[in-house]
Amino acid sequence: MSVQCVGEPILRNEDERLLKGDALFTDDVQLPGLLHAAFLRSPYGHARILSIDVEAARQSAGVLGVYTAKDIGSLMNPAPLIVPPPPIEGLVFNQRTHTALASSKVRHVGEPIAMVVAESRYLAEDAIEKIHVDFEQLPVHLDIEDSLQAAESFVHDDLESNLAAHVVQRRGDYEKAKAEAHRVITRRFTYDRGIAAPIENRCVVADWNRMGKRLTVWDTTQAPIPIRNGLAGMLGLTENQVRVIAPHIGGAFGAKLMAFYSEEMLVPWASMQLERPVRWTEDRHENFYSTSHERGQVHEAEIAVDQEGHILGIKDVFIHDTGAYNNYGLTLPINSQCCLLGLYHIPSYYSEFRVAFTNKTLVAPYRGAGRQHGVFVIERLLDSVARELNIDRAEIRRRNLIPPDAFPYDHKIIYQDFAPLVYDSGNYEPVLRKAMDMIDYDTFIRDVQPRLRAEGRRVGIGIVTYAEGTGIGPYEGARVQVLGSGKVLVVTGVGTQGQGHYTSFAQLAAQQLGVDVTDVEVVTGDTDQFHWGTGTFASRGAVVAGNAVNAAATAVREKVIHLAADLLSVSVDEIDLVDGKAIHRADPEKSMTLGQLAAAANPTRGAVRPGTEPGLEATRYFGPERGTTAFGAHAAILEVEQGTYQIKVLEYVVVHDCGKVINPMIVEGQVHGGVAQGIGNAFLEQLVFDDQGRIKNANLRDFLLPTALEVPRMKCGHEETPSPLNPMGVKGTGEAGAIPVGPLFAQALDDAFSDVRLEILDIPLNSSTLWHSVQEQGENQVAIHEWT
Amino acid sequence: MSELHTIQTNINGKPVEASVPGRLLLSDFIREELRLTGTHVGCEHGVCGACTILYDGLPSRSCLMLAVQADGHEIVTVEGLASNGELHPLQEAFKAKHGLQCGYCTPGFLMTLVPFLAEHPDPDEATVRDAISGNLCRCTGYQSIVDATLLAARQMREKAGAVDGSEATS
Ligand code: FES
Ligand code: FES
Repeated sequence: MSVQCVGEPILRNEDERLLKGDALFTDDVQLPGLLHAAFLRSPYGHARILSIDVEAARQSAGVLGVYTAKDIGSLMNPAPLIVPPPPIEGLVFNQRTHTALASSKVRHVGEPIAMVVAESRYLAEDAIEKIHVDFEQLPVHLDIEDSLQAAESFVHDDLESNLAAHVVQRRGDYEKAKAEAHRVITRRFTYDRGIAAPIENRCVVADWNRMGKRLTVWDTTQAPIPIRNGLAGMLGLTENQVRVIAPHIGGAFGAKLMAFYSEEMLVPWASMQLERPVRWTEDRHENFYSTSHERGQVHEAEIAVDQEGHILGIKDVFIHDTGAYNNYGLTLPINSQCCLLGLYHIPSYYSEFRVAFTNKTLVAPYRGAGRQHGVFVIERLLDSVARELNIDRAEIRRRNLIPPDAFPYDHKIIYQDFAPLVYDSGNYEPVLRKAMDMIDYDTFIRDVQPRLRAEGRRVGIGIVTYAEGTGIGPYEGARVQVLGSGKVLVVTGVGTQGQGHYTSFAQLAAQQLGVDVTDVEVVTGDTDQFHWGTGTFASRGAVVAGNAVNAAATAVREKVIHLAADLLSVSVDEIDLVDGKAIHRADPEKSMTLGQLAAAANPTRGAVRPGTEPGLEATRYFGPERGTTAFGAHAAILEVEQGTYQIKVLEYVVVHDCGKVINPMIVEGQVHGGVAQGIGNAFLEQLVFDDQGRIKNANLRDFLLPTALEVPRMKCGHEETPSPLNPMGVKGTGEAGAIPVGPLFAQALDDAFSDVRLEILDIPLNSSTLWHSVQEQGENQVAIHEWT
Repeated sequence: MSELHTIQTNINGKPVEASVPGRLLLSDFIREELRLTGTHVGCEHGVCGACTILYDGLPSRSCLMLAVQADGHEIVTVEGLASNGELHPLQEAFKAKHGLQCGYCTPGFLMTLVPFLAEHPDPDEATVRDAISGNLCRCTGYQSIVDATLLAARQMREKAGAVDGSEATS
């Protein structure tokens, strides 16, 4: 057999070019005659456009084109709905997607109204300032609860309210469970908006080749193939006239998934109009308005338990903010609805949500994609039960875990992939136990905390769990080929944004073909190289594309072995693939290199046997019947500083189980990055809107992303429960780190202030909201006065 | 506005002469005119650190400077770090410790840390974290960047020690 490389922390193939500054990112694309686009964006949250005067802009230096809604013809059709609503009975869904440019009215600050194309970005921005628009301001809907109550001036004039959707899912009979319960606890939770803020802003470069009749688009997208297909339709081209390349991407986390952003339609269109290449690069201020947002929910939740704290049922009624449009369908609130069930056996569940249109940027997935909201609700509810029934917080979780013999476990509701929410495999208690051991949970509560408390230090511990639905369909594909040099080429349709696909996919092929990982070249995100697939999202790259790569590599392995056996005149089961060679096991002198075999598989003269396919190549697809569920537990010890209420993370532990792991180094990196984003979400990042819906902190100085000073050192533990839903047994891991940080921080802070019975119900928190919450706790003020 | 200014500068050891508009950002000059696209731009307001270059040896944010300010000064970008195709020990350490994921922030971290390590050959973790607290990374959670920096420091010390040692005995 070949050397084991799947499951090993192999160093990354892509690092050298990134470290040297040689890797191509979209904004690096330079073409002769390149023009630059800039956009005029709405300064108002909700206003009618009465007139637009672009004359002065047209006269501005270096300008080649100024375009408003009336100039762009068929591009004014509403953008496609990305995800249709799943088949849930009684579901209401009012589909309203955006158009490339606003025409009669603007629905959020930052909505594009006009595009200028000029010889440089500087000149394009000069011209933007010369466009004059007359607006008539309309009432602005910002708060999600108020928005649903509004009686007039709706976000979409043709609707009778701001309701975008209404969905009810139920399991069992909650009311009956409630009637039989020992205790019923009700809470109201809010979870505010956030943004992904990848360090690379979005960018689109388009080059229409008039002679070749082909359009090439470089795009910071997570979904190059859907962009290619959609653009072809919008621009009246065939699919093979359009090539979309997603080169290296500087982080995405969901924010580069929204197909189509206005600029992705307009920049290629402008290149065709002007017959010159055009580039648009978003600036950071634009990123706050024109790239999708995430989150924004208010939950009224109720939990019914028996005397021992076993969950009898949960009722959750929530409102989800979709912003001005709902291109992404219901993915986010359904994720919240499903993820709320966590790792727990919940015999009855009533979940109802309404989605509100508001005058804010549209909402689409960002790492976690609504999962953290559900997890926040269930974990906080369990904490309230633990407190009221006086049960330890880890113990209440343990008692409610789905037992290992209950898999596959059917929650009896529908998930975002339209399939029933069935967990494929799991073994939860060891993960919880390991997190407790790694953070020394019992010792901390018994000895450490009382000692530190006595010294006047406010320290608290938290422990939470989460489930992460990953690796959803529909499918991905891959082509694997042995090249004449003996190196191996892997081509797949998914794009990559830092997840290490150039390495993990290479490991899969290397393992099957007995070559070094560095001898496998991986090509991703170029529709001319592979043109079937959907994209990198929902932690599905390793699962769906990974299994396709593995299947294609396995098929090529078969071909290599058969050809080698034939040429070496031995039987197929006597051949091993090692060190880039096919060797006769008994007599390793008898061998051929993969390069020789590739040449032999592509004869240039003579005859071949009937039915022979040339080359050592195979293409395979993988489409899982449904998603696979990864899970884990996070634990942390926090300290709040006296006086400033600054929070220090003293310990942070993550134990997760994502099935079989291809590259543990890469998985651990994903977890670290996820936790960092989770900390940002939970504690630092808050968009502050004025009454027009302008973001008062739309820059990286005032919108605080975590730095190396806020993100602690983390300890990671692993468990491995393989998924039965794919041959490799892998599960996704992209979002695991980010999901449970909110409730973890909330619980640990509650613990630090347990003497004043602090209970945190809102995310994000910060030192100031924490201070206010603590002050508001009426009971036992003495303790807090002495400490503050 | 469009008046051009002639500048003479030195980029990665090579003399460069150019005519630039007064308002052209140094970051745009480096990326668009010199086509050294390893210097990345994440915010253009001096916070993320992705555009960090060395300006007369000091880490500086090229998005906050004008191209004309390069006149008469020496600039080193990430493309100038590896010598003769060999990675700088800090680049090696970033690879060894998985200090990069998407790699977009990486050039800025490298250009911040190279002069830092020259001044602090034996830093502790807290000092490293402080040194990179003005650079934003959205992918790694920083831990692997810190580990890479500590590794690079150790390897650079060992190498320097070996050189000193051999000189002492010769
Ligand atoms: S681009 Fe210069 S600091 Fe962000
Ligand atoms: S590696 Fe992606 S931002 Fe740092």
